[in-house]
Amino acid sequence: MTPTGDRREARFASRAVQVTFLIALLVLWYLATTRWRVSPLLLPNPVVVLRDFWSILTTGEFIGDLRVTLTELVSAFGIAASSGLLVGYLISRSQYRIQVFEPLFAGIYSVPIILFLPLYVLLFGLGPASKIALGVTISFFPIALNTIAGFGYVERTLVTAARSMGASDLQLFRYVLLPAALPIILTGMRMGFTVALLSIIGSETIASLAGLGHRIVYLAEGMEMAPMFAYIVFVVAIAAILNTLVSALEARGRRR
Amino acid sequence: MIAAAASHALRRPWVARVGVVVLLLCFWEIAARWWVDPMFLSPPSRVIASLPAVFETRGVPAALRVTFWELAVAFALSVAIGLAIGLAVGLQPFVRKSFMPIILLLYGTPQVTILPLFILYFGIGPASKIAFGVSHGFFPIVMTVVAGVQNIKPILLTSARAMGANRWQILRHVVFPHMIPSFFAGMRLAMTGVLLGVLLAELYVSTAGIGHFTTLFTQNFDPTRLLGLIAVLAAMAILLNETVRRAELHFSRWHSE
Repeated sequence: MTPTGDRREARFASRAVQVTFLIALLVLWYLATTRWRVSPLLLPNPVVVLRDFWSILTTGEFIGDLRVTLTELVSAFGIAASSGLLVGYLISRSQYRIQVFEPLFAGIYSVPIILFLPLYVLLFGLGPASKIALGVTISFFPIALNTIAGFGYVERTLVTAARSMGASDLQLFRYVLLPAALPIILTGMRMGFTVALLSIIGSETIASLAGLGHRIVYLAEGMEMAPMFAYIVFVVAIAAILNTLVSALEARGRRR
Repeated sequence: MIAAAASHALRRPWVARVGVVVLLLCFWEIAARWWVDPMFLSPPSRVIASLPAVFETRGVPAALRVTFWELAVAFALSVAIGLAIGLAVGLQPFVRKSFMPIILLLYGTPQVTILPLFILYFGIGPASKIAFGVSHGFFPIVMTVVAGVQNIKPILLTSARAMGANRWQILRHVVFPHMIPSFFAGMRLAMTGVLLGVLLAELYVSTAGIGHFTTLFTQNFDPTRLLGLIAVLAAMAILLNETVRRAELHFSRWHSE
C-alpha cells in the first residue's frame, strides 16, 4: 500500500470515529429521555427539541431577539474597532508612547472586565446600552494591543528604506506600515469580535430586557426546556456562523 | 528648574504611566463629584475610604471566601480534567486526529448560552459556579497539553523506548518535562477562563458568593460599595493571574536555556 493511501484510510477512519461519536451521543440522549425516564424538566427529548427548533426557524419568532443582539454586537464592535484602531495607531507612532501605554493596556486587559457589568447596569440601565458598553470595554483592548503590536514593531530597515527612496507619509503608510501590520491587526479584530459576541450574550443572560441571551433565560425560568434547548442550538449556530465568517475575512485579509 | 526636573522624570516611561493613571483618577473624581448623579457613580476617594465598610458589610468576607474557594476548586479541577483528557487525546495520533476537531468545535462555542443549564443541573450554590468555571478552564489545558505532547521530537520517544523505558517512565521522564512550558501557558489561559466562568455564573445567580452582593449594591443604588467590591475582586483576579504567570516564567526557563 502507498503511504498516501494509508493516510487517506487513516483520515477516513478518523471521520468515522467522529461521526460514530456524535451519533452515539444523540442516541444516548434519546435513550435517556425515553427509556431511562430522565425528567423532561432536566433533559428534553431530542425529537421535541428538533421540532421546536424547526418551528422557531419557520415562524420567525427569533427575528426580534436576533435583531437586538446583532444591533448590540455591531454597535459594540464598531465602536471598539474604530477607537481601538485609532488609539492603537496613535500610540504606536512613538516608542515612548508604546512604553507608557502598552503595559497599562495589558494590565487592564488581564482583569476580567465582566466584573464591570453591575456597574454598567447601574450607569446605563437594563437596555442595550449597558451591553454595548461592556462589549466595547472588552473588545477594545485586544484590538488596541494588536494594533500597537502591528504598527509599533515594523522593521526599522523597511521604514528607512522607504523614506530614503522618497516615500511620503501617505505612501509610507499605504505601502509599508499597513501591509506589515495588517495580519496582526486582523487577528486582534477577530479576537475582539469573539469576546464582544461572548460578552453581549453573557450580559444579556445576566441582566437584560431583550435579546437571544435573555430569551434563553426567560425559557429556563419558565422551565420550558425543549424550546430553550432549541434556542441554545440556534444561538450556537449563529455564533458558529459569525465566527466562521470573521475567520474567513481574516484569512482573506491576510492573503492580500 | 522644576520644569526641567519634571520633563526629565517624564522621560522615564513608568513615571508617565503613573501620571496617566493619576490623571484618569482625577478625571473620574471630578466627574463623579460634579457631573454625575451620586446615585450612579462614586468618586475614587470615597470608594477607597469605604473599603473598610465593604469588608464590614455582613456576609461580604464570607462571600469573598466562597468565591475564592470556587475559583481555586474550579482551577484545580480544570487542570486535572484537562491534563487527563489532553494526555488521553494527545498521546495517540489516531485519537488526536479523531477527537481534536470535536474538542475545537466545542471550544469555539460560546458556553455562556448554556449557563442556565448549569444552574438547573448543579443548583444555585457553589457547585454550578465551579462546574461553569471548569467548562471554561479545561479547554485551554487540553489544547496546550495536546500541542505540547505533539511537539516532542519522535526521536526522544524512540530512543527512550529503545533503552527499555516502560510507559510510565516515558511519561515521567520524556513527556512531562517537554510538556511543562506549554502546560504552564495553558494554566495561565485556564486561570483567565476560570475567572470568567466563575464570575459570569456568580453574576447570573448567587446565594452566598459575591454575585449576591453586586446585585444587592446595584439594586440599592450604592455605587460606593459596588465599586469597592469590584476593586477587591479585580485585585484578587490580578493576584491569581500574576501567580500563574510567575509560575509559567519560572518553570519554562529550563527549556529556553
